[in-house]
Amino acid sequence: MILKVQNLNVTVNDIKILNDLNLEVKKGEIHAIMGPNGSGKSTLSKVIAGHPNYTITSGDILFEGKSILELEPETRSHLGIFLAFQYPIEIPGVSNEDFLRLSYNANQKFKNEKEVDPIEFFTIITEKLKLVKMNPAFLSRNVNEGFSGGEKKRNEILQMALLDSKLSILDETDSGLDIDALRTISEGINDLMNKDKSIILITHYQRLLDYIKPDYIHVMQKGQIIKTGNSEFAKELEIKGYQWLNK
Amino acid sequence: MNKNLNTLINEPYKYGFSTKINKETIAKGLNENIIRLLSKKKKEPEFMLNFRLKAFKIWKQFIIPNWAQLTVPEINYQDIVYYSAPKLKKKIDSLDEVDPEILKTFEKLGISLSEQKRLTNVAVDAVFDSVSVGTTYQKELKEQGVIFCSFSEAIHEYPELIQKFLGSVVPIGDNYFSALNSAVFTDGSFCYIPKNTKCPLDLSTYFRINDQQSGQFERTLIIAEEGSYVSYLEGCTAPQYDKNQLHAAVVELIAFDNAEIKYSTVQNWYAGNEQGKGGIYNFVTKRGLCSGINSKISWTQVETGSSITWKYPSCILLGENSIGEFYSVALTNNFQQADTGSKMVHIGLNTNSRIVSKGISTGNSKNSYRGLVNINRKANNSRNYSQCDSLLIGNKSNANTFPFISVQNSTSKIEHEASTSKIGEDQIFYFLQRGISVEDAIGLMISGFCKDVFTELPLEFAAEADRLLTLKLEGSIG
Repeated sequence: MILKVQNLNVTVNDIKILNDLNLEVKKGEIHAIMGPNGSGKSTLSKVIAGHPNYTITSGDILFEGKSILELEPETRSHLGIFLAFQYPIEIPGVSNEDFLRLSYNANQKFKNEKEVDPIEFFTIITEKLKLVKMNPAFLSRNVNEGFSGGEKKRNEILQMALLDSKLSILDETDSGLDIDALRTISEGINDLMNKDKSIILITHYQRLLDYIKPDYIHVMQKGQIIKTGNSEFAKELEIKGYQWLNK
Repeated sequence: MNKNLNTLINEPYKYGFSTKINKETIAKGLNENIIRLLSKKKKEPEFMLNFRLKAFKIWKQFIIPNWAQLTVPEINYQDIVYYSAPKLKKKIDSLDEVDPEILKTFEKLGISLSEQKRLTNVAVDAVFDSVSVGTTYQKELKEQGVIFCSFSEAIHEYPELIQKFLGSVVPIGDNYFSALNSAVFTDGSFCYIPKNTKCPLDLSTYFRINDQQSGQFERTLIIAEEGSYVSYLEGCTAPQYDKNQLHAAVVELIAFDNAEIKYSTVQNWYAGNEQGKGGIYNFVTKRGLCSGINSKISWTQVETGSSITWKYPSCILLGENSIGEFYSVALTNNFQQADTGSKMVHIGLNTNSRIVSKGISTGNSKNSYRGLVNINRKANNSRNYSQCDSLLIGNKSNANTFPFISVQNSTSKIEHEASTSKIGEDQIFYFLQRGISVEDAIGLMISGFCKDVFTELPLEFAAEADRLLTLKLEGSIG
């Protein structure tokens, strides 16, 4: 079991967002989480990554069998939890290359492996750039600054490839992408997936699931998973919407 | 994470120790007799005493300026000691005669004055409270004709140069604090670079306020003759006291035809504690006169200390084709207040100026850029480029920009760019999620923000400045 979310209750500013939520993800599995706006999907992803704005009132999150609730966000990252952000933030003055190298080296250090110098790093990152079909010119630009929506999302997948995390949570990585970009990104994600990895896809649209086949599809509503199905379930949702599940 | 940010930003001041020494001070208070006594103690020629008395007269007619975006508590000038000096056996001929405690103090600050350990490429004048305690490499510099000595020494050795240039760029009556300084300044540095000489070493003055009750009023005068070049560095620290101390300096630079002066400051006076108690009031007038054709004056400053900073290093571009530059990073934290910027006054033809200002404010601090670009009617084909960026950390700090631009001819060009950004929780979370620590995240964002200015600093200073900012903002270092 890579991830186990047990009876998780979460509030932000005293408003309840997650309500006794349960979720289990095994190695080698892809889970999709769908559901209407405001159902708590993004909150779940941020809580797993350790965002400080949320208060966990009860329940637990286990990563590889151990509770991570007390761990700092950077430690969770080192353990192998990756979050591709819905809105990747711009960081003025910091080059993408420096950012990526620092991130890579922080993880190397945690694993007691050798940190790399800029020249060694360039070789490593060049390989990963091909995977998401990104131009090396991106490296010298500031992190996400002036990037188009598609470029930002691509940059997230580049980081996912670089950090080689055990569990990747992709928060609406497909939103705002044109069809070509969606295909490139999906291919990149599929290339990174293997039997030792797990992915949680948060999405509004069935079309992403045409490219990436999930093992399970969950529907979230009011901070809970109210229904779970297989990959065919998405098509049903696309036609019927979420309303019928309420009853 | 909030907690982390706070511990980071509130790193204790590293230079807050004080040194116990035998000192000679005069009574508190400011009046004509004190000024006469001060001048007498320093065995000054009559022209100096007259200069001081004239300044005092002018100062008494001034009121403290209140146009800056600062809240300045009333300063009691009668409660300040205007002269405090380490007691010496006699005139210092070698450093052996300096109180070892003082030498130790400077060693602790990373400035070694002793022959064996002194910096290899920088000549240092060390000023302790009211007096200079030693200047390194004086002999070596003299061989090239370069004069680098304390201001007191210059008054005795080179009175004709002092008489000619003192107050020629910053007149006594320029402003409230220049008048005060002119009346009571005690020491500082004097540099003279002769014709066609490239000063072989960087010149540096390190100012240390030690005494709790004394103010520091120093004076710096740099003269670069035709075709000469000098790079000058200035550093400042002070012990941690609950009481505020006053520092009011005047710096004058003069560059003749084809001469260049590069003046760099790393200011790290004690800034007060987390509640804003204590700290230095830093009221400084710095001005350079590009008097000759093709002359150039460049100011670079990294301002991290002081509870109040009021400082506008400026250039008067008189000579044709002369160039003025101002590069600044000002960091304020807790209850610090800074109102700083530059003035570029274009008088000659084809004059060129550049202002790059980076303000970082965090805690409850106030940080303002104030600038004046004035292109006179006859300064045809002049150019100015200004860039003012502000960076906010947290939700309680304050950043302002007050650019004044006045162009009186139609052939000149002005560019002004400004931006305000914020290091928010979400940016830090982004770093954390990628496994990067808060310290590294803030360090990286700050150096990114300050890059344009740090590249202008001399190498040793750039490292020092980067270290200083990280020290102020990071938890793991120091």
